[in-house]
Amino acid sequence: MANPQWPAAEQRQHLGKRISRLDGPVKCTGAAKYTYDIHRDGLLYAKLVGSRIAAGIVNSIDTSAAEKLPGVQGVWKDESLIGKEVQYAGQILAAVAARTEEIADEAARLVKVEYTPATPQVDDTDPARADGKPATREEGDVATALSQAATVFEGAYGLPVVCHCCLEAHGQVSEAKNGEMYLWGSTQSVSSYAKGLHEDVGLTLDKMHVECQYIGGGFGSKFSYDKWGVISAKLSQLTGMPVKLMLDRDLELMVAGNRPSASAKVKVGLDGNGKITAFDAEVWGTGGKDGYKPPPMPYVFTKIPNHRENGLRIPTNRGSQRAWRAPGHPQGCLLTMAALDDAAAAIKMDALEFFKKNLDLTERREVYAAQLDIAADLINYKEKAHLRGESGPGPLKRGLGISLHQWGGMGHQSECDVTINPDGSVETKIGTQDLGTGTRTTVTIVVAETLGLPLEGVTLKMGKNEYPASGASGGSTTIGGVSASSRLAATAALNALLEVVAPKLGAAPDQLEARDGQIRAVGDSSKAIAWKGACSLLGTQSITKRGTNVPGESQKMGLIDGGVGGVQIAEVTVDTETGCVTMNEMVAVQDCGLIVDLKTAESQVHSGLIMGITYALYEEAVYDPTTGRMLNADMEFYRLAGIKDVGQFKVHMMTGAGYDERGVIGLGEPPVISPGAAISNAVANAIGVRVPRLPLTPDRVLMALQQGTGQDAPTTNGGLA
Amino acid sequence: MKVSRDRMGAGISRRGFLKGVGAGTAAAGLLTGAPPPGAAALDAAHTPKVLAPGESEISLKINGAVQKVAVEPRTTLLDALRNRLDITGAKKVCDRATCGACTVLVDGSPVYSCTMLALEAEGREITTVEGLGTPENLAPIQQAFINHDAQQCGFCTPGFVVASTALLQKFPNPTREQVQAGLGGNLCRCGTYAGMVDAVLEAAKGGA
Ligand code: FES
Ligand code: FES
Repeated sequence: MANPQWPAAEQRQHLGKRISRLDGPVKCTGAAKYTYDIHRDGLLYAKLVGSRIAAGIVNSIDTSAAEKLPGVQGVWKDESLIGKEVQYAGQILAAVAARTEEIADEAARLVKVEYTPATPQVDDTDPARADGKPATREEGDVATALSQAATVFEGAYGLPVVCHCCLEAHGQVSEAKNGEMYLWGSTQSVSSYAKGLHEDVGLTLDKMHVECQYIGGGFGSKFSYDKWGVISAKLSQLTGMPVKLMLDRDLELMVAGNRPSASAKVKVGLDGNGKITAFDAEVWGTGGKDGYKPPPMPYVFTKIPNHRENGLRIPTNRGSQRAWRAPGHPQGCLLTMAALDDAAAAIKMDALEFFKKNLDLTERREVYAAQLDIAADLINYKEKAHLRGESGPGPLKRGLGISLHQWGGMGHQSECDVTINPDGSVETKIGTQDLGTGTRTTVTIVVAETLGLPLEGVTLKMGKNEYPASGASGGSTTIGGVSASSRLAATAALNALLEVVAPKLGAAPDQLEARDGQIRAVGDSSKAIAWKGACSLLGTQSITKRGTNVPGESQKMGLIDGGVGGVQIAEVTVDTETGCVTMNEMVAVQDCGLIVDLKTAESQVHSGLIMGITYALYEEAVYDPTTGRMLNADMEFYRLAGIKDVGQFKVHMMTGAGYDERGVIGLGEPPVISPGAAISNAVANAIGVRVPRLPLTPDRVLMALQQGTGQDAPTTNGGLA
Repeated sequence: MKVSRDRMGAGISRRGFLKGVGAGTAAAGLLTGAPPPGAAALDAAHTPKVLAPGESEISLKINGAVQKVAVEPRTTLLDALRNRLDITGAKKVCDRATCGACTVLVDGSPVYSCTMLALEAEGREITTVEGLGTPENLAPIQQAFINHDAQQCGFCTPGFVVASTALLQKFPNPTREQVQAGLGGNLCRCGTYAGMVDAVLEAAKGGA
């Protein structure tokens, strides 16, 4: 009998090898159809109308002119908002559907909205604007510990609101037909997408058919069907025609989610040997009008004996926050690691030595110690490192910066069906989605590995809610969830096949294995039958087995686990005359358990590093204090890093003996957490002063240089300084 | 010409502006079908074809095949391809000539198709990513993108593949710096730049 435990290293056929993503060919030829690309006969194009004001009352919404425009087939307005307050600019008030996108665009501009504007509040850097009860956590006695510390370092830091800026905007194609609703949503959650939406359109859940084969980015912003999903579906019901509603880029940036900001004043207490004795953080930030969860602090160094975090929420007239790749962690990481790095610099201690000295204050002392050594080797730390500001003469200053991070990444609930057919074909069905992380590839690898088949021997059907339900892709939970459920399903199907084949081979089922396209007796090559021949013994009956990942149980079996650490070191060059930061290199050492596909796993780390460089150096949602509108709601001024901006990478995965035994652990979030802190620390190491806020734009670098310490409180003008 | 970036702002949007141009010149008729863009084409014997306002049928040569398509003067090449011909390899991302996801070749040169009117493309050779290779018959640059995993969600990938193709036509043996410069007009959100330079260099070696 095959058992579901992962095979030993020397037994693995596909697992952990460098395998090219299976949907590579359809993606790079333009053949992959994303939601944005779905075409239906008679398709209408819908456009949204967003609020022009960020605060005030909507008096009326007049769609009559839009309705009269030839080619317009349907309009929708949000009656529930008339006479009510708007919360932020871009808040969706109305929509039009027309025969062409051009007409829809024109019609949307003909919708007249009357407002009574009020003064918006978009500042998120002044803690005096906080409301509600502060969230305070304290362990130990911070005040006393600080008063007894040999050194107390105080610093102020911040990160702005950044957007998800998925290249495929949010949106949905809807087709109401014969009492059924067909939906193509750009979603991170195929299986649960229609839940709730079905009520909005007055249908039972079984009438809702959801598909998403390819999605152009989500990063935490595409779990829900959203208001535009409802509007798209309703417009289809209203017009009796299929409707495509994709957000324009400006709305995408303003209303489709963002990462909450965080600013902090931090005090770090050290004893005479550079051990951290106390950590005190006042944190504030905004998630729009919604609640605000202060980032976890102290981050990673959670066992500092005396620590306190006081979190304040600043309500603003901005679009609402959403989960942004590793929610809370990039913020907690920057605010903590920058303060610790500054504390080390204050006592003239090398940062690597300082972090190592304090590793007993983390949950993963051994892992981080090994990772710090590997990362230091990879970047040649010994030769390149210097104390803060001792970067020699000349305007170009080079520096190194270190950061540590952690994540969970335990697999989510997931179900999967594997069918073995009499003709030898194998079909896997799973209601998951591939965000570009490689899910399609990894599920195929697991099933093929389990059945001893080449990858081509397995077909995979996914991306529809009619398949066995699998969790939403968020929080690095997908790879664990789907690899456990598909492993369990494939193992069960194989065992049913072995029962049938065993008598033919004259062996007990538990002496048989599936390898190299055969069913054979373990250690006896005379007893073997080719896969196809084995399957033909099924007669007319296929075998279908369901695998269900129950996270706790799979963890006990060693299939999956959660809880990883990682270390990154950045090397930058800063031009002290222009303030420009150049990325030379980043090294990432990541712990991630058993790797299913090394190639796409490394890509995930590169992806985290590049997204991290982007928010460290370029990204910021800039809001106008007068109008409350986002000033850079486009891709020219909401900057993403380009290919020239990112420097070189070295990635080391902590895999193999000692790590593989833990099973599969998610990898999407961890590598995006540290870059902000590592790069900020590298810049401080290079130029001798801290640039207190991200992104590390030339103006901020020059201002920090001018101010000497750079340690003034974060600016209060929306981070424009 | 200052053009506002969204329709919620005061003032006129780019599309409104284009439409204005179309309407304003309607009396004279927008010219097309003549060799672009030289004024010499306006010879007296040539009878102008009236193309505005509203939709008119034009012919576009896409990936070697001539296709008829009804467009408005304000219809961009990108929207003509995607919405009217269901050729969706080129993506709409910024719609403002910033990201490169809509890149196609026009007479061999890379062009942001979101910023070219469909009318301007008449009579020219348009190549989209679909014209470079198919999943069953990949171009060397596409195979190289796969080999180096230079794609994740893949939404930016067609634009990068087309831009790389144009780059390699210009510099068959590019340096790393030339590759970076040649792909500097495209953006990826997922962070797939790491393998991209090597992918292009590999295609240069294999494809040259
Ligand atoms: S969509 Fe054309 S450049 Fe971005
Ligand atoms: S691969 Fe997703 S945007 Fe480039």
